[in-house]
Amino acid sequence: MKFTFIPELFRQLFSKPYTNLFPVKYAPVSIKETLEKVEKGEIKITPPVEIPDKETFRGKIQYDREKCIGCRLCIKVCPAKAIEFKEEEKKIRIYVGRCIFCGQCVEICPKNALSQGEEFLMADTNKVNENWIVE
Amino acid sequence: MKYEIPIGPIHPALKEPILLQLTVEGEEIKDVDVIASQNHRGIEWIGMNRNNPVQSIYIAERICGICNISHPAAVILAVEEAMNMDVPDRAQYIRVIQCELERIHSHLLWAGVAAHEIGFDSLLHYTWKVREKVMDILELVNGNRVTKAIMMYGGVRRDIKKEHIPKIKKMLEYYKEGFDKLAKFFLEDKTIEMRTRNVGILTKEDALKLGAIGPTARASGVKKDVRQDQPYFAYPDFDVKAITPDMFTGEVVGDTYDRIVVRLLEVKQSVEIIERALDEMPSGDILAEPKLVKLLMDLKKAEGEGVGRHEAPRGEVIHYVKLKKDFEPFFSWKVRAPTYSNIMSWIPMLKGCQIADVPIVAASIDPCISCTNRVIRINNDGKREIIGGDELHRLSVKKTKRLLEGGS
Repeated sequence: MKFTFIPELFRQLFSKPYTNLFPVKYAPVSIKETLEKVEKGEIKITPPVEIPDKETFRGKIQYDREKCIGCRLCIKVCPAKAIEFKEEEKKIRIYVGRCIFCGQCVEICPKNALSQGEEFLMADTNKVNENWIVE
Repeated sequence: MKYEIPIGPIHPALKEPILLQLTVEGEEIKDVDVIASQNHRGIEWIGMNRNNPVQSIYIAERICGICNISHPAAVILAVEEAMNMDVPDRAQYIRVIQCELERIHSHLLWAGVAAHEIGFDSLLHYTWKVREKVMDILELVNGNRVTKAIMMYGGVRRDIKKEHIPKIKKMLEYYKEGFDKLAKFFLEDKTIEMRTRNVGILTKEDALKLGAIGPTARASGVKKDVRQDQPYFAYPDFDVKAITPDMFTGEVVGDTYDRIVVRLLEVKQSVEIIERALDEMPSGDILAEPKLVKLLMDLKKAEGEGVGRHEAPRGEVIHYVKLKKDFEPFFSWKVRAPTYSNIMSWIPMLKGCQIADVPIVAASIDPCISCTNRVIRINNDGKREIIGGDELHRLSVKKTKRLLEGGS
């Protein structure tokens, strides 16, 4: 009986870090300031890990307004009740803040007006920001 | 001199709300009381009132983040039984693969947590690094790391693509090679042996008496596994055998160490099942009713009841569903999560242990408190009261009398 993990510990001392250092190498003092700097182009962020398969990936919902016929089937199956019907235009509005990315609306849509994209970095401090409303 | 120490409902050693009332004399634990139901989420209510059955799959998925295949699996088994639905063979094989992938990631996650509970954090990080390989495969196959949204009444929503199979096989090879290393770190290390051998013993008699299930019962030598006793999905083809620690160590002690042994061996077993399933998977449809609108109408018209039993990583999960004609949500839905059966085994396990053993012994049944929500009431004076069947009946009779007398 001995400490079997010690050799592995020494090995790890000399190996590369396993994690992706996202968004920057060291935890910043202020996330907000860092992001502002990124917007100005002063610092670069480490990109997130690549999407393994773009076909199967379930990202932010995309809506093709022209194809939509206003049948409301997506509203019927949405588990999170994230979809709202716009009576006058007979179109829908999706609140991404409530979306659970299950893709059930994409599956039921008879006209293929809905699809799931590759975007997944959507964190925001504003609850009603434009990026979170798809219409 | 005896002291009472409450651990919980919110405590750093417990990830989720539950209350352990310990009576200690010195360092030794003399008596234990477990008070569950610190948190009620009303998930079954949502399934019976707000949601249609398809939406309920996704609320079932969110009963517990780790068992996000197990709960939908049990609910679809129950509904398929109620509707007498036939499921294509290929869908059954994909379900088995998904369930076993979940078992691998859940057991490795637990192994990491167990190492963390005894302060062995470097092993925690190593185990979770190993676990990351299966998470990558889950993301590749399902498009999402955690909530896979793959179960559907009468089949699965997505097929396993041909080009994904070599990557899955590569992952299986990684686990086959890595298993010996992981077993060496967990089962031969002095630190783990010191903290887990002969700690938190659950004898076979106690396990049977308290109705323990899953790896907790198997570690005490009870050969109980739903996949073996009542195979569902495509499990009859795989001839799964319940794993007990004597297969590895030659004896059954029923302590925390044995529970580590069982879970690690189950990872190996799951890898073998996935490997066979990938090779033997038949071709064909993946859904019995591909038209979702028609399925929703069928579900509305259906009448009947069903019970779904599934071997989740933590033990047997049971869902009971009753469907009524022209009533869209479930007419009745009851969830019995595995932790609910295992929680009582804390009492014999903890008696005689030290206070410092509480985190590892509590973690050793792999508790999932978020699954286990029941009714509790707090009085105006802050006193806690649990309402049982008799009490509810008494209240009900009282209300009838009150109403008869013209009250409200």
